[in-house]
Amino acid sequence: MKVLVAVKRVIDYNVKIRVKADHSDVDLTNVKMAMNPFCEIAVEEAVRLKEKGVATEIVAVTVGPKAAQEQLRTALALGADRAIHIETDERAESLAVAKLLAKVVDEEQPGMVILGKQAIDTDNNQTGQMLAALTNLPQGTFASEVVVDGDKVHVTREIDGGLQTVALTLPAIVTTDLRLNEPRYAKLPDIMKAKKKPMDVKTPADYGVEVASKVSLLKVESPAERKGGVKVASVDELIDKLKNEAKVL
Amino acid sequence: MSILVLADLHDGQLAGATAHVVAAAKAIGGDIDVLVAGEGVQAAAEAAAKLDGVTKVRVADNAVYAHQLAEPLSALLVELADDYTHVLASASTTGKNVLPRLAALKDVSQLSDVLAVDSADTFKRPIYAGNAVATVKSDDALKVITVRTTGFDAVGEGGSAPVEAVDVVVENSQSSFVKEELAQSDRPELGGAKVVISGGRGMGNGENFKLLDGIADKLGAAIGASRAAVDAGFVPNDMQVGQTGKIVAPELYIAVGISGAIQHLAGMKDSKVIVAINKDDEAPIFQVADYGLVGDLFEILPELESKL
Repeated sequence: MKVLVAVKRVIDYNVKIRVKADHSDVDLTNVKMAMNPFCEIAVEEAVRLKEKGVATEIVAVTVGPKAAQEQLRTALALGADRAIHIETDERAESLAVAKLLAKVVDEEQPGMVILGKQAIDTDNNQTGQMLAALTNLPQGTFASEVVVDGDKVHVTREIDGGLQTVALTLPAIVTTDLRLNEPRYAKLPDIMKAKKKPMDVKTPADYGVEVASKVSLLKVESPAERKGGVKVASVDELIDKLKNEAKVL
Repeated sequence: MSILVLADLHDGQLAGATAHVVAAAKAIGGDIDVLVAGEGVQAAAEAAAKLDGVTKVRVADNAVYAHQLAEPLSALLVELADDYTHVLASASTTGKNVLPRLAALKDVSQLSDVLAVDSADTFKRPIYAGNAVATVKSDDALKVITVRTTGFDAVGEGGSAPVEAVDVVVENSQSSFVKEELAQSDRPELGGAKVVISGGRGMGNGENFKLLDGIADKLGAAIGASRAAVDAGFVPNDMQVGQTGKIVAPELYIAVGISGAIQHLAGMKDSKVIVAINKDDEAPIFQVADYGLVGDLFEILPELESKL
């Protein structure tokens, strides 16, 4: 079957972000960007499905600015066969992205779509579920294990308190949790080969999807700073402070 | 304003998170209905009816809603949503699984992890692992929201709302429940505990996590872990505190052998008092800790246990 993987270009997870002085957003100028860590896991899972002979073709897709093609090239270097870039400079919310991906699903008819469970910039955790709704497909969110069994897929999900396994009819939408796999690194020859792999560039207008959303971002602030603490010298002093100063014991 | 709150269930019983979500609903204002959907959930419905501020409890008791699978639950919510201006659920794995699906089916956006209510259409939510707080306004006719429970104090009991059955039964041929493996624990639930003690990679191995048991027992604390400790296989992943695990905000958070990566801080930096025990006095955890103790945890933990 064909597997579709959605990837997102986000700020590198090691970067300590800064809020703009006018509180309009987070400052992303000259900041290192990378593929969202959960998307890396999604690509890895697709590649492993191909190595097992379950997947026949892997299509990577992203919605974002021109620079997001870097992340598609990374996906191609990791093993995706071709890529689709839906180019927009607008701030695309989950619903708009899900609508665009639904059009791609309609066109490509994949047997499975794999997404990360959330992007580490907006922390929404919505796109996969919304895509499942719009395509009327079942969803296996927060997956820590994915096993294709005939016309079904068994997805073990990380839920509060433990693990839950569900069986979904294919095609299905899967979103990855951290423990699904450990993504590999792209090798230099593969990075070179990835430059020659096909990439379609489209726009939201090509799919007839409006990116604008009814949610507006009014303000972005830094969270309340914690007051600098003190270092204590001994366990006795710690217990004394917790009892008499903080009064939490 | 009329608000529908999707109740959280744990083993078929009403989970503590629901009282926090009702508190968020009260901050929005209006009638608050609670939907209890599952199989054999009459007791949970009666518990929900006692929550302060609840107007009415609606119970969908049917095998198709067992295990809160996203496909039937979102289909049920779609049937009910037209009576409401807001649909709220806790930002638990169930809320996160179901509400975005509902939102897309109703062609509206969804607001995740809301930690404060400015008005009926304006909310605050964390972004970038909690390193920024966004104020967002939704002009959608239906507001679909998951609530960060640590942002709202739980409502008390004392209500006596009427309980009525919902007879909507949906079909589900797409997904089925196979099995569940829940971690067994006698300790308080991580998300709701007043005291949390967490271990990190510095614990060395899973066996050493037992050093936390005695202290947790004395303090009535839940035990958590950093992602490093989970990935190293020391403890199961449902103990993970952080951006990708549980978000906690206890009265007292004790971080033992945890360096304090951004992703971990996102899960605990709203705790009232933070204590860090770490041998590296440069560890970033000391920048957020109210009280830091530099030293070897293998000496400090037994001493702490004996002196509490």
